[in-house]
Order: sequence, then structure tokens, then C-alpha cells
Amino acid sequence: MSGPWHPRRLRSARAYGVAVAFLVAATLVSALVGAADLNPLATIAALADKIPFVHLPSGLSSLDRAVLFQIRLPRVVLAALVGGLLAVAGAGYQGVFRNPLVDSGMLGASAGAGLGATLAIAYFSGSHGPGPAAVPVAAFAGSLAGVAIAYLAGAVGGSGTATLLLAGVAVGLFLAGVQTFILQRSTQDLQQVYYWLLGSLSGATWQQAAEIGPYAAVSVAIVLLHGRHLDVLSVGDEEARALGLHPGRVRLIVIAACALAAASAVAVSGLIGFVGIVVPHVVRRLAGTSYRLVLPLSLLAGAAFLELADTLARTIVSPAELPIGVVTALVGSPVFVWILRSTAAVRT
Amino acid sequence: MSAITVDKLSVELDHVPVLREVSCAVKAAGWLALIGPNGAGKTTLLRAVAGLLPHRGTIQVGHADLGALRGRGRARLIAYVPQAPVLPPDMTVEEYVLLGRTPHLGYLGSLSRRDRDRAAEAAERLDVARFASRRLGSLSGGERRRVLLARALAQEPGVLLLDEPTSDLDIGHQQQVLELVDDLRRSRGVTVLSTLHDLTQASQYAGELALLHAGRIEAAGPATAVLTEEVITRVYAARVTVTTGPGGHPVVTPVRESPAS
Repeated sequence: MSGPWHPRRLRSARAYGVAVAFLVAATLVSALVGAADLNPLATIAALADKIPFVHLPSGLSSLDRAVLFQIRLPRVVLAALVGGLLAVAGAGYQGVFRNPLVDSGMLGASAGAGLGATLAIAYFSGSHGPGPAAVPVAAFAGSLAGVAIAYLAGAVGGSGTATLLLAGVAVGLFLAGVQTFILQRSTQDLQQVYYWLLGSLSGATWQQAAEIGPYAAVSVAIVLLHGRHLDVLSVGDEEARALGLHPGRVRLIVIAACALAAASAVAVSGLIGFVGIVVPHVVRRLAGTSYRLVLPLSLLAGAAFLELADTLARTIVSPAELPIGVVTALVGSPVFVWILRSTAAVRT
Repeated sequence: MSAITVDKLSVELDHVPVLREVSCAVKAAGWLALIGPNGAGKTTLLRAVAGLLPHRGTIQVGHADLGALRGRGRARLIAYVPQAPVLPPDMTVEEYVLLGRTPHLGYLGSLSRRDRDRAAEAAERLDVARFASRRLGSLSGGERRRVLLARALAQEPGVLLLDEPTSDLDIGHQQQVLELVDDLRRSRGVTVLSTLHDLTQASQYAGELALLHAGRIEAAGPATAVLTEEVITRVYAARVTVTTGPGGHPVVTPVRESPAS
């Protein structure tokens, strides 16, 4: 039996195809473009050589190989990880809150991470502390703590999602206030904190990717498994309950998984905004609103988007680097306004 | 086939008693219409039977006590269509009808071919399959109501709870929707509990009526027993005459005293 009632495999297969092609293309571009001029064909051959059972002589010099595999690729992979995590977290939050303008940094996540990183930089990075290694751990913990506080503050008595979002805003403002207070008292750290806040993937290593890998895998798997639940939630809590779903439980699980995804990203990249809004929105425009499709496509497109953004960040003002948060904000803000205008047009 | 028995049901909303020891029953494959003025507790009664409100007293659906049913089990038995349901404007008709299969899926289950077949049948049955790929935001009032019923039917419930199923429709579409509901009741043996504003329509379609007033059942039984001028005048503070229509059903006509000229 055919017709619209049976899986529109063609349509979703095409969407996946486009997303995968975009990711592969973005990965190649990011691997090829950079300060050191690598021969494109030789680079592609060297990459293909890494695929199991494929053996290709690349002709890259050992220096070029070191640039490719020890400097550029870890950064490309980390950008893909961070972008995918932020986009999935954003899409998941948007489903939970039934609001397309929610970002992965809301609910106190960004503010918590910022405060954590500031504390680490101001008090633990000197000669007397554990050093810069403390920053990602503190940002990770701060991000999760921010969401936990916002959730506990806002999820009283089964109240709705609006309360939870507002609690997130309040908690975020409070944490940002504490952060400003700390910065006031240790102005010598301002630049370092400021640089961290804008996000960067410079100095990316394979070890960073390996460290966040497990958290990324678990959180993404949990979010992706809840696509259908988010579709049901889109008809409102009461009707979702009438359909046998437990909205509060689904919300808690998805928020926890999204918080873990965003915290993993923030730990290695600092604060990168707009990925979590822009990517899911564009995906929705192109592939429809079902979260069963929006979530996995956001993962792929987010990875590709941040690879390209990072490539711009490290090449536009080469040999210097732009913070990647600046690049995503310059792309993201206009898109954000476009979302606002187009959703307003639908309502009138 | 699932009868509904409500016994001494009391519900408080925000500490205000909305239903006080209400008892009523619907036969299996029967249709009970809840009537009564605004604020009488009709919607609250429906939501309680849907398992969406904390309550005292017992609600039995089929052989099961509602309190003993959890989430999915309850949703496989009872489909609920609120008066103003949330219809995500960008969701397609197909996706929406498929949501009706939710209670039949395990927590991490996905839609099987059987689920899609059931949803497709429900859509065919209510004649919405031909616009399956349209978005909900683009539907007319009549189309929306049919899509809502298709989703409820895709649930394969024994009981259909409908809150004002005709409130936003013109008279022709009102009759069309009520006929569809009655048809589902006859052909599938679905038990229907609905609120209805229009008293004449309630008398035409529902086998029994229950008149709610201030959280209590004021009168219940066949339309001829419930819809009397005396009762309507008292409960609704309205001026009406009740006559007998062509099918033997009571017809309620509003009356206006001739205005002073």
C-alpha cells in the first residue's frame, strides 16, 4: 500500500541525504582551508586512506600530515561535535517548551557555565590552583547546575512551561549578576573570561573530543529517542496526557539530556550562541515540523554549520582568529529577526 | 463496548467545588449528552472521565475502575476531544491523525505498518485522507472537526468524550459532524459522552440527556423527560417553549416577549 499514510521514506531519505552531503562537504572544506596550504587532492587521499580497507598513497609530507591530523582535524571534529550538540539541545528544548525561540543556553545553562568558568579563571587558574584544566570542568558543572536550579525553581506543582522558562530567565540573571560581581573584584582576568565567553575552538585536541564523547553520545541518544514524544507534546500537556503520555516525565528526561549535551559542548568551546536556534529552524523550514526528523537532521546540520563557522573564524582575519561566537552571532542575529518576523506574519 | 458509570463524583478546581456528588451512567454504545448553563460543570465532568482531574467518587469505564488505569491503558480505552484543542498550525493532517496511535506504542516504540493502516482507515472514515498532507493551520472549521474525530478514532477507543463538538460550526456542518459521531457509535459500538449547547440537537442525537446545574445533576433521562419548559426556565433563566418535532423529539424554541414599542 502506498500513499501518504505510509512512511514517506523518499522524503525523509532525501532530507537525510542532503544533510549528510552538507556535512561531508563542510568537513572537506574545513579540512582543506586554513593557514597551511594543503594540497586538496593529497589531503582527500590522506583522509580516504583512514577509511577501513581503503589504502591510498597521499603524497602529503610528514609536516603536512601532522598539520592535518594533529591540528586541523581535531578542530574540525570538535566543531562538528559542538555544533551537533548545541543544535540537538536547542531543538529538544524547543520541543519541550513548544517555543521555537528557545536556545540551548537558556534555563540558566549559559549563565551557569559562564559563572563556573569565571570562578575557575579568577580563583583556580593561578599558580596556586589546578590550572586552566579547571575551566572546562567548572563550565560543565556550572551549566548543569544552572539548569538544575532553574528546573527546581520553576517546576513547582506541575505548573506549565512558561513558569519554567521564566524561572530560567531569573536564575540566568542572578548567576550573571554573581559573575559580574566576581569580575569586578578581579579585573585582571577580564580579558581571559571575555575571550572564553565568546567561544573558541582554537587549541582543539583529540583528547577534548574523547573527553566529551561519552556525554555527547548518551545525551544525543536520549534526545533522539524522544522525537515522537515531543511531537505528542506539541498538542499541549492536557491532550498529551489524554493520549497516555506523562508530560512532566518526558519534559524532565529531555531537559536533562539537553542540559548534558549543551554542557558537554560548552566545556570545550565556551559560549556559542544561535546554533541552537538557527539550525533547527532552518531544518524545520526544509523538512517539516516532526521532531522525529527535526532532531537527527539538526544534529547533522548543526555539525556542518559549526564546522563552516569555525573555518570562517580562523581564516577571515588570518593569522589572527575571530571568536566563533562572533561568527555565529553575525549569522544568527539576522536569522533570529527573520524568524520573529515570519512567525509574526503567520499569526496575523 | 464500554459502558460508563460515574458514582458520587466530586471535583474541586482551585479549592472551589465544581462537581458535587454527581452520578450518571451511559450504556455501552449509547450517547449521553451533558447539557446545562455555562459554568455548570459539564467540561469538568468530561475531563474527570478522561482521567485528567483529581476527584473523589468512582468512575467505571467498561470493567475497569478509572483510578486503576494508568496513562496508556486509559488512553487505549478513552479518547478525549476538548472544545478548543491545540492544533499546531504547521503539523500535517497525517501527522496529527497518527498521534492517535500514541497509546498503542511502547515508551520507545515507533509506528508500525498496522498503526499507519489504522490511522489511514480513521482518516478515510472521516473523509480527511484526501487532504492528508495539508497543514492544520489551513483547514476550515468543518475540516478541523473531522480531523479531530479522525485522530480520536485512530485511538480505537471504546469511549469517545467530546466537548462541544459543534461549537464553531455552521448548522450544516453541525449536523454533518453529529451524524458522523452517531454513525461511529452505531457501526463501531463506541460509547459517546458529549457536552452539547444546542438543546434541540441534544434531543435529536443523544439517547439520554443529563442536565447539570451548579455542579449537580438537575434532571436526567430521555429528552422528553428532561427538556420541559419548567426545567429550562428554572435552570437557564430563559424563556422558551418546548414543542414536539417531526421525529417526536422535543424542540426548544427561544421566545421573546414582544418589546414595548
